Amino acid sequence: MDTVFGNLDVFAEAFARTLSLTLFAAVGALILGTLIAAMRVSPVPPLRWLGALYVQAVRNTPLTVVFTFVVFGLPEVDVKLPFYRFAVLALTLYTAAFVAEAVRSGINSVATGQAEASRSVGMTFMQTLRLVILPQAFANIIPPLASVFIALLKNTSIASAFGVFEGIQGMNQLINDDGSAVIAIILTAAICYLGLALGLAALFNQLERRVRAS
Amino acid sequence: MAQSVLYDVQGPRARRRVLIGSVVGALVVLALLALVVGRLAANDQFAGELYRPFFEEPDLWRRIGEGLQNTLKAAVIALGLALVLGTLLAFGRLSTVRWLRWIASTIIEFFRGVPLLLLILFFFLAFPIVFKVDLPPLWALVFGLTLYNGAVIAEIIRAGVNSLPRGQTEAALAVGLTRTQVLMQVLLPQAVRIMLPALVSQLVVLLKDTSLGFVISFEELLRTGGQIVQVLNNPLQVYLLIALIYILINLSLSRLASYLEGRQRRTYGGAVPSAQAVESGMGQAGPQGP
Repeated sequence: MDTVFGNLDVFAEAFARTLSLTLFAAVGALILGTLIAAMRVSPVPPLRWLGALYVQAVRNTPLTVVFTFVVFGLPEVDVKLPFYRFAVLALTLYTAAFVAEAVRSGINSVATGQAEASRSVGMTFMQTLRLVILPQAFANIIPPLASVFIALLKNTSIASAFGVFEGIQGMNQLINDDGSAVIAIILTAAICYLGLALGLAALFNQLERRVRAS
Repeated sequence: MAQSVLYDVQGPRARRRVLIGSVVGALVVLALLALVVGRLAANDQFAGELYRPFFEEPDLWRRIGEGLQNTLKAAVIALGLALVLGTLLAFGRLSTVRWLRWIASTIIEFFRGVPLLLLILFFFLAFPIVFKVDLPPLWALVFGLTLYNGAVIAEIIRAGVNSLPRGQTEAALAVGLTRTQVLMQVLLPQAVRIMLPALVSQLVVLLKDTSLGFVISFEELLRTGGQIVQVLNNPLQVYLLIALIYILINLSLSRLASYLEGRQRRTYGGAVPSAQAVESGMGQAGPQGP
């Protein structure tokens, strides 16, 4: 127990890194994922195919393999970044596929009558999407998006195996220092993850309520 | 087609615009491809010696075969144990006893809310110290996978049971079955049938997660690939092969899941809860999630 309370600063520092990894990757995945979702519903076939190919390939690859590709593969073609940025890149590429699916299912969840009505009053594809579909889809996208980002939070733990100091590496470091407190240390780390996940869930609940109210 | 509702049937002008868009889109895709190829070529990634081992070294394929075997072994054992644990936890959550329900949902939320890697490391690091028993990496991986997937499967089964009409329970109780009998003989068989697509999707997640074994030096597919790379020094080629193996297996499983879902929908008339509906609040993005 003393190891835990004596090292709260290590936990704080480690999980601040976990949180920052999550935030950077979330922003990246949101941008890339929305782009891919837009490609998948667009009237231009090559873009549709590319979007579908990306989602299918990435969703069926383990995140560890994506990490391996980024961390060990990119240096082969002379792309060299610090491990932290590699980790953000890997998490972004992986999570974007799931964001794209969440956004696409949100778009598909808007009643078809809405799109038909917009078209019948003469709106173009972009107008239909921007003025009618997306504002309504947004509220439906939030719950699956919350799941995706909570999964992302947990997935940042894999960065520990690729040279990034974050929650799990902080935990391992403390276990190396004092093996006898291993249970308390792992439990504390688990509580940190649960706390962050609950916080994230509460944030998205709030967001959903606000979007639905407006 | 689902997306065609977003735009009208195209007239000649729109068709021309789409054609232009297609050409531009294709050009952008080709430009990206050319960029990647150029980058690869500039770094000699097309040199013959990087690919020759795939044709000349039977040992490479033997090692990959072993790795794949270990991956599948871990996945199958973990799936079996997770189904048992998941059923038990689902029973707990569906129980009429309040404290049992409470314990089951606490366990489920806990294991779904922490990273899988943390659970695996618990069995790898803490178990030997606390119980004075060294767990082989295979079992540390399997137990971690079991706890996490057991919790998810419990939620899948619960969603399946809850989707059944109330009349099933009422009728079974009325003919004098006990609560346990109702659950075992009436509700569970139907729930598993309904949720079969979701369970198969979860199998994809489980299979992907076995690759975490490489962190604890379990010689599954990814780690075997790493060992091959250390000898042959062709990371892009070997890891591409490994990614393709995973994609091939998982894509077949995903296909199976959507085939089952389609058959299900025809049988039950669309009243089947989707895999996403299982997810609420915390945890993964659906059994098909990250």
